[in-house]
Amino acid sequence: MSPRPVARPKRARSFISQRVAGISPSGIRKFFDLLTTMEGAISLGVGEPDFTTPWHIREAGIYSIEKGYTMYTSNKGLLELRHEVSRHLYSRYGLEYDPDTELLITVGVSEALDLAMRSILNPKDEVISPDPSYVSYSPCTVLAGGVFVPVPTVVENDFKVRAADIEKRVTERTKAILIGYPNNPTGAVMERRELVEVAEVARKHDLLVVSDEIYDRLVYGIEHTCFASLPGMKERTILLGGFSKAYAMTGWRVGYAAARPEIIEAMTKVHQYTMLCAPIISQMAAIEALKAGEEACLEMVADYDRRRKVMLKGFNDIGLTCFEPRGAFYCFPSIKVTGLSSEEFAEQLLVEEKVAVVPGSAFGECGEGYIRCCYATALSEIEEALRRMGRFVEKHR
Amino acid sequence: MINKEVLKILEKDAKATPQQIATMTGLSVEEVEKTIEQAEKDRVIVKYKTIVNWERLGEEQVQALIEVKIQPQRNVGFDAIAERIYRFPEVRSVYLVSGTYDLAVLVVGKTMHEAAAFVWQKLATLESVQGTVTHFLLKRYKEDGEILDGGGEKGRRQPLTL
Repeated sequence: MSPRPVARPKRARSFISQRVAGISPSGIRKFFDLLTTMEGAISLGVGEPDFTTPWHIREAGIYSIEKGYTMYTSNKGLLELRHEVSRHLYSRYGLEYDPDTELLITVGVSEALDLAMRSILNPKDEVISPDPSYVSYSPCTVLAGGVFVPVPTVVENDFKVRAADIEKRVTERTKAILIGYPNNPTGAVMERRELVEVAEVARKHDLLVVSDEIYDRLVYGIEHTCFASLPGMKERTILLGGFSKAYAMTGWRVGYAAARPEIIEAMTKVHQYTMLCAPIISQMAAIEALKAGEEACLEMVADYDRRRKVMLKGFNDIGLTCFEPRGAFYCFPSIKVTGLSSEEFAEQLLVEEKVAVVPGSAFGECGEGYIRCCYATALSEIEEALRRMGRFVEKHR
Repeated sequence: MINKEVLKILEKDAKATPQQIATMTGLSVEEVEKTIEQAEKDRVIVKYKTIVNWERLGEEQVQALIEVKIQPQRNVGFDAIAERIYRFPEVRSVYLVSGTYDLAVLVVGKTMHEAAAFVWQKLATLESVQGTVTHFLLKRYKEDGEILDGGGEKGRRQPLTL
């Protein structure tokens, strides 16, 4: 007997949730597709180090596989790694975090950010964050049921966020301030006194501060201030950090969150049911990075700094004015002289001169008129890209 | 004063121009040129050279690492005999080492015979040389910090990421 035919609805309904449908996809897909078909293209559109992980760290990963470290770890991560992170934060920033209750090892800062948002937000809670900022800040807020409230930042202030501008956007629903300095995409670094003012706003309005400090080690001629180290801020801060940028470990996917116990407890709950734990091999490698990676880290930073100076001078020489980025590995020059939008600029530059950059508008409205260019790129490629871009600017000015 | 940052850049890339180095260090081109000139004069910069992988061109080249045991001489120690050895053009490097022998000597020849002949004709016959052990190099993996083959780990990144 043949099965009874099922009545099919005339039009398939959408199975995608409205929340996800409402999030726009990343703005670089079409550039990616164009770029992969192109010969001789140079990409300044990368968001990771061009170094491979230092060998001794890789070797620690290999060793862990050889020795059979192939199991789950505790949900919070290997205790030894939490101890190392705790020691690291103490020696760098004088912060004391209890490895048992105040630290959580995550699958990169990306997961840590998601956990933080899901753990602190009630529906319609507002999160204030600088614009432009890293692409996942807004979606992570929205996916957690919150409302993302951008604060414009401007080149006149080197894309640093002003405490007064944050305060203007505080409402009864504001739950947290989400900042990421050194900043992706702008390369901006906040000075201690400027962060103190942000801390004052947080205190006054009883807000949490989620501080994404993944680029903390990549600063040039300026000291990084850890937000949690400001007076009274440790209990108000969810500090997010990791290994990807400092030790060239992007593919290992390992990072951490540090906060007071009830927040870490809440984040661990979400982490336990969604991720279980970060990969043990990556955790073993991260231990090695913290124990013995300092020299390699400093060497890479010195190398980025040299290329930073070449790119910065190069942009200003060809008429794409650029403020001095003090951190991360991005320059964020203005392209307004061409009269093109940043998306048009990026697209035409790729087609005409085979140089890929990321339009600033991918990072928020205030990124319009700018492009993000990564100097974690071979010096010879930076120089060739600058020649091509100089030609392009001449033509379109 | 010799600027060490300039030397670090040149040590990585001898082809870096004074203009490039000036941009990278924040010094003026004149200051960079002055520092290089001074470093060359003081033999802080010994030489600019190129690491060539001759094997890639199918060029035959034989290298041998020779352990040399020496009877040191009064007053001059190992220096006099080391000098007699390092002056031979076949000798690529000479190191005084601790352990069971005294000098580590790297010799280059066109053929195995040529390299071996140097050892038994020139080296072993020196008066204060008590003995030699010759190790022919079978493969060069890494030279002066550079991996010769398969060292290219670039180009594995996704071309665009945020």
